Amino acid sequence: MKILANNIRKDIVNMIFEAGSGHLGGSLSLVEFLTALYFEKLKHDPDNPDWQERDRVILSKGHAAPVLYSVLARAGYFPVKHLLSLRKLNSDLEGHPNIKTPGIEVGTGSLGQGLSIGCGLALSFKKKMMSNITYVIMGDGELQEGQNWEAAMFAGNNNLNNLVAFVDWNDLQIDGKVSEVNGIEPLEAKWKAFNWNTRVIDGHNIDEIIKTLNSGADSVKPLVIIGKTIKGKGISFMEDKAEWHGKPLNKELYIKAMEQLEIEI
Amino acid sequence: MKFDTGQSIEKIATRFGYSEALIRLLDQNKDILVLDADLAKSTTTSLVQDRYPDHFVDVGIAEQNLVGIAAGISLNGTTPFISTYAAFLAGRAFDQIRTTVCYSNLNVKFAGMHTGITVGEDGPTHQMLEDIALMRVLPNMTILNPCDYNEAVKATLAADNLKGPVYIRFVRESTEVFTKKNDRFVVGEANELLKGKDLTFISSGPILYKALQAAEELINEGYSIRVLNFHTIKPLDNDAIIKAAMETKGILVIDEHQIYGGLGTAVSEVIAMNNLDVLYKLIAVEDRFLTSGKPEELLNMTGFTKENIKRIAKEMITQKKSGT
Ligand SMILES: Cc1ncc(C[n+]2csc(CCOP(=O)(O)OP(=O)(O)O)c2C)c(N)n1
Ligand SMILES: [Mg+2]
Repeated sequence: MKILANNIRKDIVNMIFEAGSGHLGGSLSLVEFLTALYFEKLKHDPDNPDWQERDRVILSKGHAAPVLYSVLARAGYFPVKHLLSLRKLNSDLEGHPNIKTPGIEVGTGSLGQGLSIGCGLALSFKKKMMSNITYVIMGDGELQEGQNWEAAMFAGNNNLNNLVAFVDWNDLQIDGKVSEVNGIEPLEAKWKAFNWNTRVIDGHNIDEIIKTLNSGADSVKPLVIIGKTIKGKGISFMEDKAEWHGKPLNKELYIKAMEQLEIEI
Repeated sequence: MKFDTGQSIEKIATRFGYSEALIRLLDQNKDILVLDADLAKSTTTSLVQDRYPDHFVDVGIAEQNLVGIAAGISLNGTTPFISTYAAFLAGRAFDQIRTTVCYSNLNVKFAGMHTGITVGEDGPTHQMLEDIALMRVLPNMTILNPCDYNEAVKATLAADNLKGPVYIRFVRESTEVFTKKNDRFVVGEANELLKGKDLTFISSGPILYKALQAAEELINEGYSIRVLNFHTIKPLDNDAIIKAAMETKGILVIDEHQIYGGLGTAVSEVIAMNNLDVLYKLIAVEDRFLTSGKPEELLNMTGFTKENIKRIAKEMITQKKSGT
């Protein structure tokens, strides 16, 4: 699993270098969560992306598309070499996720809208007595959007225990630290106040993520997993640096980044 | 030839004109406050923040709140200038713009950044091609669409002078600076860039430069093309359209926007309402979401090229002559 996560990091760096643009920081901070989710927990079938019984994943922080594309490719939705078409003319791998890509449920990229979609899906699964789980992945800066809290209230009030939210708590957005731009703390208490179950975990610890994902089902409440993460995780010069949100890589730094990922394994 | 459309022309993105104008206003002690929603570097308002930190507020990723806060600030006599990507300003906060700001005619200035096709690689979520349509239908709203850096400075300064809501449209990419600092800029008054009688090009925003280049080549080939710069999309300069229709009998609108609801639609409304006898065509995005790609690739794909503009212009002139 560690090797897989490392390969996904390499994919991300390769894709974004090849594309000449794209979001590195927020993709790298999600690697462990998405790896654990797709390879240990998610009920899905890459050969049959429309399978009725599949769980649903909504990447509300759509700018992290590269990590999702890589995970989908490595899960078998499409060939890994297709990743290098990221952001190129007429590729389905657009800058932000869209329904042309197998495995993507809905287009995202305008922040703060995914949790509402997740609420709708979860509600509908309940109404139709279906046991599918809906996962929504959000950024911490993204939580500044009010729509999230409208959705959180709805999910709490409707006992959507088939809804799991993940917050990528890297304390960075574009203009700086989330806690300085417009702080979201106390974060766990906020979700609790909206009637959610909460877990605060190390968002880079795959075992802990898996354990947490497997522990959710015992309650009537929706579950939020708040993952403490590092933006740009895995590449020293990107870690915890706001500037690496959306900066392209030059050749020299690309080589440096790949060298670091080689040593990892 | 009046315009330098050569290779050596300087390129600056219009968005830099926004912060430049804001800094000038603050240099003059104007009572303004600059607000952003976690995109201060992209929108260039971080330059204002550096110079005048007390006149800058970052509300975080919360565009609806941004508009509401600006409304409140305007109620106490300060002019708020707010910026984020147009997709999330005109799009996300439409109700707040409509019902809170426009209905009460509040003095809020909106800077819609990264508009049009040239946002490129970020893809359809960020390529805002519907903002003019959204803003145009709102009573009390003024819409400015500067074609280059110099005009962007003027548009921002003009917005400060106007009372009531103003929406200004900017782009991310560096584009040719082809108007002069002292060129006339009056809100609501189209600028005639080239005189002509065979056909009129109407355009606005940086895409206007392509129309101008096409016109100059056509002129070299012996045609007579009028080029009108509609930097103000609302209120629209109806007289300039009526005059162009009567004098040139053909209007080609080049609009970096969806075909429905943009400058193209606005011009066609004037033609219909005034029963103008004129041949009309529109180059715009054909009612679809585009894809990721390089700005130039996407402009080629959608027909925003000198060659395509020339081809359609020639067809129109031939059609006019044959009287069909
Ligand atoms: C509605 C909306 N507003 C603004 C943006 C521009 N934007 C893209 S990513 C981003 C910062 C996101 O920060 P965060 O949610 O913390 O994500 P992460 O740190 O995981 O990358 C912003 C402001 C957007 N995509 N959508
Ligand atoms: Mg973050």
